[in-house]
Amino acid sequence: MIRIDSVTKRYPDGTVAVDRLSLEIPDRSITVLVGPSGCGKTTTLRMINRMVEPTEGRILLDGEDVQRRPVTALRRGMGYVIQNAGLFQHRTIADNIATVPRMLGWGKQRARERAAELMERVGLDASLAKRYPYQLSGGQQQRVGVARALAADPPVLLMDEPFSAVDPVVRKGLQDELLRIQDELGKTIVFVTHDIDEAIKLGTMVAVLREGGRLAQYAPPAELLSDPADAFVEDFLGADRGIRRLSFFASDALELTTDPVVPADAPAERLTAAGAPYLLVTDADGRPLGWRERGSTGGTERLLPYGRPFRPGTDSLRAALDCAVLSPTGWAVAVDADGRVTGVVSQQTIGEAIRSAHTAAGAHSAPARGEDEKVAG
Amino acid sequence: MNVLSFVQAFFSDSAHWQGYDGIPSRLLEHVQYSLLALAIAAAIGLPVGLLTGHTGRGGNAIAVVANAARALPSFGLLVLAVLLIGFGLLPVMIPLVVLAVPPVLVTTYEAVRAVDPAPVDAARGMGMRESRVLFRVEVPVALPLILSGLRTAALQIVSTATIAAYVSLGGLGRYIIDGLYQRNYEKVVGGATLVAVLSLITLALFWGVGRLVVSPGVRRR
Repeated sequence: MIRIDSVTKRYPDGTVAVDRLSLEIPDRSITVLVGPSGCGKTTTLRMINRMVEPTEGRILLDGEDVQRRPVTALRRGMGYVIQNAGLFQHRTIADNIATVPRMLGWGKQRARERAAELMERVGLDASLAKRYPYQLSGGQQQRVGVARALAADPPVLLMDEPFSAVDPVVRKGLQDELLRIQDELGKTIVFVTHDIDEAIKLGTMVAVLREGGRLAQYAPPAELLSDPADAFVEDFLGADRGIRRLSFFASDALELTTDPVVPADAPAERLTAAGAPYLLVTDADGRPLGWRERGSTGGTERLLPYGRPFRPGTDSLRAALDCAVLSPTGWAVAVDADGRVTGVVSQQTIGEAIRSAHTAAGAHSAPARGEDEKVAG
Repeated sequence: MNVLSFVQAFFSDSAHWQGYDGIPSRLLEHVQYSLLALAIAAAIGLPVGLLTGHTGRGGNAIAVVANAARALPSFGLLVLAVLLIGFGLLPVMIPLVVLAVPPVLVTTYEAVRAVDPAPVDAARGMGMRESRVLFRVEVPVALPLILSGLRTAALQIVSTATIAAYVSLGGLGRYIIDGLYQRNYEKVVGGATLVAVLSLITLALFWGVGRLVVSPGVRRR
């Protein structure tokens, strides 16, 4: 475990970058440091691998002060990923990834095999091994940066705004990839970002820092959204935190109904007889085609749109609500992995589910919050 | 007679191809002076340029020293050196080295300073020692510029090494100075042509070295 123990960083000109910060960073999880620019998040990260030395306080790695470890050995035991990847442009991709293993004295062959293994793990094609960084896209370069940090299998990974310089689509891919890799490897990751959405998506724990390097709140993301500590955190989280919080509630408890679901080739009386005001028409495979208003006739081209269907179990209540809001009928369509309709659910039912989820979460999170306050204070 | 016929006459005279005043031995002398001067200039300029470039300290001092050195006239320096030291190789080396150090020093400093800070930060964060950061991360990327500084220095040395003949040493300057003295313009033009050809060969050599030692990832092709 990494313990940041009332650490202060004051520069000779008097600027305080980090002010008496204390954090306990749990093992095998992603801890995100987030805040506006000038909040000391990068300085905090760089004090962990001693790229910056604290003015006061200590940082403990598994109980031992990092100051007492030789700086090169300390850094070789921590993967380090930075914005724009910082690849060595004179080395091939494979050689870039093999940097730390080679420094640790691994043989050429073993280092090369390790590089190939990591390229596969971060989703890079093996044919890129002999390429040079300038031949890769920004997203690919960042994957190489992650692979290079993982090369010597360090228990700790420090990531400083690693995905900030790529476009939103690529960023989402990299975030998903990081979560998948973390599922497989279980590293202790400290991740710095200025993007609160990224923090909420990736973090097991999120530390919100404010200007002057002071801790505003340290909590799991769901709690951050439900109980921001003060106006600063609330403001930093943005306007629609109620909606975003729904991402943390599963949709599998929603009661689905199949009553209004009819295949397009059903007999005419079924198309008009059902009780619901709208009918969901499906094709022969059970995939949704659109909603038909009761009593209306005509071909499938006259159907109302059904929005973006959600998958119970995989998607959250947020996706279900979004689907219901997108359709003019106010109903959400649930599908299975193959896109076949498993049922539909109304806004009212989703609203009830949200209310009961809130009740459950409130009862559940109260004691946990008390503990976190102790840690943060 | 025009220049081309001078050139033709000079190179077709078999007397110019043998003996201690023949083209091969004068060319060899010239190359020797040039290589020695370049080696001394590199031995001074490269380490100082690498160190100041890596630490980022001393940039102003470098600019001052380099500008002062550039302002010194080579010929005046040669005469002064001979007056102080007497005849020999050393007084010739002084103006050549003074001429060659600034381009080596300044370009090396600028080349290392211009390296993208991100990979340098990444290298430190991985636990590379400073010497390794310099030689494994900064120098390979700075190499094209460093070589261009050496090339500029080499070209200046090759053309200026002709002044060695003024103080009774050899080299291609012999033809130019003796030719002027003897009013033998065929010799003057021949000597000048040889200096020009040697400069072009120097350029070609640096191009070849660049192809060999600069990574394709830095050359970007």
